[in-house]
Amino acid sequence: MTGKKRLESAVKYIFLFSALMSILIVVMIGIFTFREAIPAFREIGIIKLLTGTVWRPGQGQYGILAMIAGSGLVTLGAVVIGVPLALGCAIFLSEIAPPAVRSFVRPSIELLAGIPSVVYGLFGMVVIVPLVRNIDVPGNTGFGLLSASIVLAVMILPTISSVSEYAIRSVPKRFREGSLAMGATKWETMTKVILPGARSGIMSAIILGLGRALGETIAMIMVIGNSVIIPFAASDNPLSIFLSRARTLTGNIAVEINYATGLHESALFATGVVLFALIMIMNSSARMLIGRKKWEK
Amino acid sequence: MHKKVVMKYAPIALLGLLTVLGACGADSGNDAAPDETVPVEDSSLSGELNVVGSTTVQPVAEVLAEAFEALEPDVIVFVQGGGSSVGVRSAVDGTADIGMASREIKLSELQENPELRIHTIARDGIAIVTEIGVTVDNLSKEQIKGIFAGEITNWNEAGGENLVITVVAREEGSGTRAAFEELVMDDALITGNAILQPSNGAVRTSISVIPGAIGFLSFGYLDDQTKPLAVDGVLPTEEFAASGSYTIVRPLNMVTNGNPEGIAAAFLEFIKSEDGQAIVASEGYLPVN
Repeated sequence: MTGKKRLESAVKYIFLFSALMSILIVVMIGIFTFREAIPAFREIGIIKLLTGTVWRPGQGQYGILAMIAGSGLVTLGAVVIGVPLALGCAIFLSEIAPPAVRSFVRPSIELLAGIPSVVYGLFGMVVIVPLVRNIDVPGNTGFGLLSASIVLAVMILPTISSVSEYAIRSVPKRFREGSLAMGATKWETMTKVILPGARSGIMSAIILGLGRALGETIAMIMVIGNSVIIPFAASDNPLSIFLSRARTLTGNIAVEINYATGLHESALFATGVVLFALIMIMNSSARMLIGRKKWEK
Repeated sequence: MHKKVVMKYAPIALLGLLTVLGACGADSGNDAAPDETVPVEDSSLSGELNVVGSTTVQPVAEVLAEAFEALEPDVIVFVQGGGSSVGVRSAVDGTADIGMASREIKLSELQENPELRIHTIARDGIAIVTEIGVTVDNLSKEQIKGIFAGEITNWNEAGGENLVITVVAREEGSGTRAAFEELVMDDALITGNAILQPSNGAVRTSISVIPGAIGFLSFGYLDDQTKPLAVDGVLPTEEFAASGSYTIVRPLNMVTNGNPEGIAAAFLEFIKSEDGQAIVASEGYLPVN
């Protein structure tokens, strides 16, 4: 072997090592979290943990259903608010904006991804919460799912918008040209050709955004109220459920881990395992969708 | 102080990571660097002292540590937060020389660790506060209990105007919450509908922005953002708490595993001295004795 080749193979192994290291770290975190959660699964029972509605560690009651509902609803709210906005951004950037505008708008959106989440939380607490409080429903304090969903929608916007913009751009040019040549309008081309073509990419963008939303912690703690209740509608309008306070799975861990000991601590790790599982399901479904590009035949 | 804490814990964090990576056999976290190695006797002390626990005790402990370091130039005191339960646990398992707890030490904790020694270094009042706009100025302990249990839900049931009461509380496990539950709630539970915030500061901010909000704060956090209520006619002031007429008062404790020795003993002695208690008072807490 010449010196050059030896160097090449050395470099190869260095990179292989880096790759293995990151896998190892993920596996270690998984094993560690799960191991710490075992006492909770054993003593409380998985079913009771997942379906229990009362969380009072002081009284030995550990049910995380309220937190699962909280995380689920706030994520749903963020998607309903954030996805149309993010898709609009993506379509504007890829199809409509002239290069000069694009070169200004795109970095601005990407900048959103760089803002620390505690800043989002602060913004939510002093701006969004007082605004939401103006909605006249009994018991509405502004702290709750709606404020949290709005904050979260802004936080997931850069993820969804940049991944779907990429997906829209990777629809082959000939599709667009073909459609326009057949006499379709720009709008028809967009809704009937380009968006369906980019569908899998857009879906995976949304799922990546969902994963990000599920994992968000500090901003949620600051605006959601952290009450351990299953969200309920306080007025006749079922939508007022979004004015209810709630707690997310991530918030449950972050708020209580400082003080937790024994079974309480283990139950928080079990919350982490549930979160881990949810996010893994999200990400692998995103991967499956990304893997399918139907025009590549 | 913060910088020192960061510098000190960086290698421990690294060590922790390596331990996890190396072998996942060892038990969680407790294997972080044994710190106090050199036993020190006699006149001049030197070495390190780790103080860990309640975030309520932490600020006053930091000021006390600074004053102590000025007296004993060869001693470095590291003060770290984490909560009362963590404080007790750290003292027991030896990760800290002294644990801090802003509540009574639980019977269960004493039963598990009969060697635990409690040193009350100060006392702290817990004030019941509302948002500024609330017109009620005085509540009985029974009313407070009813409000926090979620039985009284409107200020007009407690002599105020028609305004929904929003309860703000600390999270489960907090020393302030434990003390409040013990001193006010008896066996009643704080309503699940309460907004929970993870620190005194966050509780204060939340109360200040929610019309009709009520909550409890350590005396050290009282300012013009919230309105303190009289309890059974007695205002929450240091004077009334010291005289015993204001009754929602809890001890601030430091705990050691066994009788304190060396630096730990000297530090605790300093805290209980006149100078130490003067610092306690200047930080807004009630001195002991």
